[in-house]
This record gives sequence, structure tokens and C-alpha cells, in this order.
Amino acid sequence: MAQQETPAGALVAPKSTTRSDRFGVIGRWTLLRHTLLALIGFGLLLALIEIFSDIQNATWMTPIAYTLCAAAGLTLLVGLSGQISLGNGAFMMVGAYTTALLLEHWHTSHGNLQLIPVFAASIVVAALFGGVVGLAGARLRGPYLAGATLALAIGLPQVVNYQHLSAQLGGNNGIAILAPNPPSSSFDLYRWQALICCVGAVITLWFLANTARSRIGRSFRAVRDDEVAASLCGLSVARLQVLAFVISAACAGLAGGLLAVVKLVAGPGAFALALSLGLLAAVVFGGLGSLAGAVYGSIIVVLLPEWSQDLTNALNIHSDKITNNLPLVVYGVVLAVAMLAVPNGVQGAVVRVRRMVMASIRR
Amino acid sequence: MFRFLNLTLSGVSNGMIYAAVALALVMIWRATRIVNFAQGAMLMFTTFIAWDLAQRHGVNYWVALVVAMVSGLIVGGLAERLLVRPVETGPPLNAVIVTLGLFIFLQGLAGMIWGSSQAHSYPPGFSIVGYQVGNRTLLFAPNDLYIVIAVALLVLVLYLLFNQTPVGLRMRAAAFNPEVARLLGVRVGRLLTAGWALAAAVGALAGILAAGTQPGYVIPSGPFDALLVYGFTAAVIGGLDSPVGAVIGGLVLGILLSWADSYIDNNVEGMYALLILIGVLMVRPNGLFARQRVRRV
Repeated sequence: MAQQETPAGALVAPKSTTRSDRFGVIGRWTLLRHTLLALIGFGLLLALIEIFSDIQNATWMTPIAYTLCAAAGLTLLVGLSGQISLGNGAFMMVGAYTTALLLEHWHTSHGNLQLIPVFAASIVVAALFGGVVGLAGARLRGPYLAGATLALAIGLPQVVNYQHLSAQLGGNNGIAILAPNPPSSSFDLYRWQALICCVGAVITLWFLANTARSRIGRSFRAVRDDEVAASLCGLSVARLQVLAFVISAACAGLAGGLLAVVKLVAGPGAFALALSLGLLAAVVFGGLGSLAGAVYGSIIVVLLPEWSQDLTNALNIHSDKITNNLPLVVYGVVLAVAMLAVPNGVQGAVVRVRRMVMASIRR
Repeated sequence: MFRFLNLTLSGVSNGMIYAAVALALVMIWRATRIVNFAQGAMLMFTTFIAWDLAQRHGVNYWVALVVAMVSGLIVGGLAERLLVRPVETGPPLNAVIVTLGLFIFLQGLAGMIWGSSQAHSYPPGFSIVGYQVGNRTLLFAPNDLYIVIAVALLVLVLYLLFNQTPVGLRMRAAAFNPEVARLLGVRVGRLLTAGWALAAAVGALAGILAAGTQPGYVIPSGPFDALLVYGFTAAVIGGLDSPVGAVIGGLVLGILLSWADSYIDNNVEGMYALLILIGVLMVRPNGLFARQRVRRV
């Protein structure tokens, strides 16, 4: 797919210094480097949470953070393992409902420590569900897989209205959950939710960054580039494809759990097809297979409705029709144009610029 | 027994609509090896155009239908020429993403023009009061008969077009082997555009027929997304490659869904479609009617 090295890059590579030359010990130890980056990132996020007002936290940081969890998982699936999924919104729904059901049945007013096992359970349940979908998906290719996951994205939200389940799952209204208690009075609810989501996003990114650079990540890429060659090298193609679905679904499960704790409700309306397609738009826009790209993509996807509001206000168009649908039109254009014109997305452009800058510095 | 007959009949008329959507998907798949995920949005858009004419400007049902099909031709042709042509030869994932982009774009555009929250109703072509047999009412109305006849006529016309006309022969040649067809003087590019346009017109007909079956159908997202999934499922049952298979797949799916709706629960139709789709794909990953194709190394 889009992430193959360009011929120019391959020619330059032997001449340029490797990562370990440039950064010493930190460059050699991937795990250490990623951990340091995660800690620095987390520190920056903490600062941002403090700087932002409540509203800014609630409308920017928090949704970006949980969208990022799902988008990062999706970029691993689509960009690294080469399988498409239009159904990651369904995995999020599984995670959200697991969280909501567990919190509902946890009779005490839940403290914050209980959130950790609840999220862990959401991740596990979503991962299991993703494993089942992946078992089916590993037999399917390209458009068949896309169609099957599309059917999943449209079909699964209807389960809440199934006659034997609607009482437990709350039908179209969903399940309401209690707000988490901030640990101290210095944290209001919005800041606390933003912090929870940012922790989730940083851990997800850290985990995925290590996975992508590990043996598993390399195997994913091998399978993506050539299934036959990969299986001749002794890789189990089907197993790796299922594993990619499991990892992607686990991330989406965490995203769903976070979403439920932020919105304080898990309902089918939040997991419509538009969510799954929005995630795909984020991943394609940022650059398939790149975690940094997932970050840019999530920021764009979350902020687009805000910008759309600002834009229509600035242009003096007082039409909800246009304001509400402008983001959709932009997603559509982004998906089509990104594939036609800039297949590597924003991250591809960033890498190209960085290469040019580094080359000019060295010269 | 009477209930069973009724459900089957109502399944047949719905199934014919799914068959028409499946036909549109199959035509595009045969021509370009692309599943047109924008099909649902394209037929939503043309149905909205017809709805606008019929409801707001008092245009006759049949004129609106023709306008919808003509606008389908235009939308389909433009989509192929502008968006799909550049990704036709690339990896399949790119084509999927481009058609999804068109899908979201059209949904957003329709929402901008006609609003995305309010569901409108489309007038059915004929009466929706069921035929009487003795003192019982069948779940089969003149409108259902119209749907069955319209889609059957459509299949006949497409069959004649592809098998009895020089244009049809060229279209099949272009789809079967573009390189050789090009060497023999067939304008492959033009015929692919024509194939997409034709498929979109078929979809437009399906959209109008579907919109008349129940009130509140005409809304940018929702029923038309489901229609795409049903059409895809029907096409996959039929093997994606065979027009006859698409019609059979549509009928099978329509009847199965009708039974499941009534005998199990009518709130989870999408889940049934998902289960049928997965079931079929697990048994035959390329669909029931497809010839086994060896994946290229």
C-alpha cells in the first residue's frame, strides 16, 4: 500500500546516518525511546489540560484522545496489515457497552480505581469480538472484507433493539452511567475525563508504536506487501491477519469505554456508520500506517465540526443543514483526494519536508 | 400457511429491489473489478432529486422516475471519469476508499441541500392496498406487482443490451480483457464510463422503487445505507460476477429477511443480513454462484 519506501528514499538510506548514530543509546533501544516519548507527550498533555478551560477540554482534548485510540488501532490494521475495516465503530460499541454494563452492575458508587479493571474488561471483550470478526475476515479479501465489515457497522447497533436484549441494553436510549469522581477538588469533572482519556491514548500509542517496530509489526508489513512471499518465509498469514484485527479491536474497545465514561451513556446513536467512516477518514488523511498520522487525523476529524461551525458563522450562513453536513462533505473529499493525489497523507508530507530540511542542513 | 405465503410474497417484492441494487453492483464489478460502495449514496441522491420534483414541484411520477434515472447516468458517468479512473489499476483498497469518499460526500451534499434530520416519504407508483383473495388480504399490492414487473423488464433490457447489441458485445469485451479489446479498436475507457453510468441508472430505479415501499424512507443516511448492504449481500450470494446470480440472490435475501422479520424479530434486519452475508462468505469466500478464481501471485 501507500507506505512503501519511495525509490529515492531507498537510495538515500545507506548514505544517511541511522537512528542509533544520531541518538545514541536512546536511538538503539526502541522501548526506552518510545517510553521517553510517551512520558514527554503525557507531560505536555497534562500541561494542556491545565491551560485549557473546561469547555476546551470537553470539546477538544477529550474527544481527540478517545478518537485517537480507535484511529491508531485502525491505522495498524489498514496501514500495516493491509486489511480494511469499516466496522471499527462496532468494536467501539462493544467496548462502550461492556464498560456501561460493568459500571451499572457495580453497585457501590464507583471510585476511580474501578475504572481500570472495567476498561481492561472492555478491551478484552472487544478483542475477543475482534478475534471472531478477524477469523471471518482472514478468509476475505479487499472489497469482500470491506462489505462484510460495512454490514457489521450497520447491523450491530440494531442489536440493542432485539426483543430479548433491549431490556438489558436499554434500546435506543442506551445505558446511562454515573460520572467518575475526580480524585481531588482541584480537578473538575471535565479535566478528570480529559486526563483519563489522555492516559488511555498515550498508553495505546506507546503499545502500538512498540508493536509496529516489533517482530509482529514487521510480519504485518510482510503480509501486507506480499502474502505468498510472507507465507513462504514461514509466517502464518491467517494468524497474523486475525491478530491485527484483535489488536485493532482492543484499541477500539478502549476508545469505546473512554467514550462511554465521557458521554456518561452508551447508546447506539453514537456508533452509527458515520463514526466508522470518520475513523477511516482520519487514518487516510493522516497517512495510512503512521501513528503520527493517526494523531493529525484524529485532531482534524474532531475539530472539523467546530471549524465548520466557525466557518458558516463567519460567512453568515445561518443554516444548520450546511453547518452539520460540511464535515461530511470534507471527509468525502479528503478520502477521495487523499487516495488520488496524496496517498501518504499529512505524515507523508511531513516526512518529505523533514528529509529535505535534514538534507539541506547536512549540505 | 396463509401467513407464510404472505411473507414470501412480500419477500419477493423486496427481493426484487435488492436484486436491482445487486445488479448495479454486479455491472460495475464486472466492468472494473470494483465494488461501488457509493451505490447506496448515489441512488439516495437521485431519489432525492426525484422526490424534490415530485413533492415540491408537482411533477408526474413517471417523469420524476425518468429524471432520476437520467441523473443517475450523469452521476455514475462523472464518478467513473473523475474519481474511479485513476484508481482502477491500483490496489483494491484505494478503490474501496475512493468510493467510500464519494459515499460520504454525497450524503453530506444531500444533507446540505435537503437536510439530514427529517425523513420524507415518497409516493408509491401504484396502490399499496393488497389484493383480495376471498375475504383475506394478501401482503402483495399493485405496487409490489409493479416492482416485480419493473425489475424483470430491467433484467430483460440489460440481457438484450449485453447479449444482442454490438455495444453490449464491446462492453463485455472491454470488461473481459481490456488490453485485447483495446487492440481490436474498442474504446475501453468510454465503455467503462458507460458501464458505470448504466449501473447508476439501474440503481436510481431501485432507489425510487425502494423509497415507495414505506413512508419516511427518503433521508440521507439510514434506509439507503441498509439498502446498499442488502444489495451487496444479494450480489455476494450470487457471486458478484453473475447478473442471474444477483437476481436470485436478491430474491433469496428478500424472502429470508421477510421470514426472519416476522418469525423472529423485526428490529434487527441488519443483523440478519450480516449473518447471511458472513454465512455465505464462510462457505464460499467468493460467493455461491462464482466460478472459483485463483488469486494471482
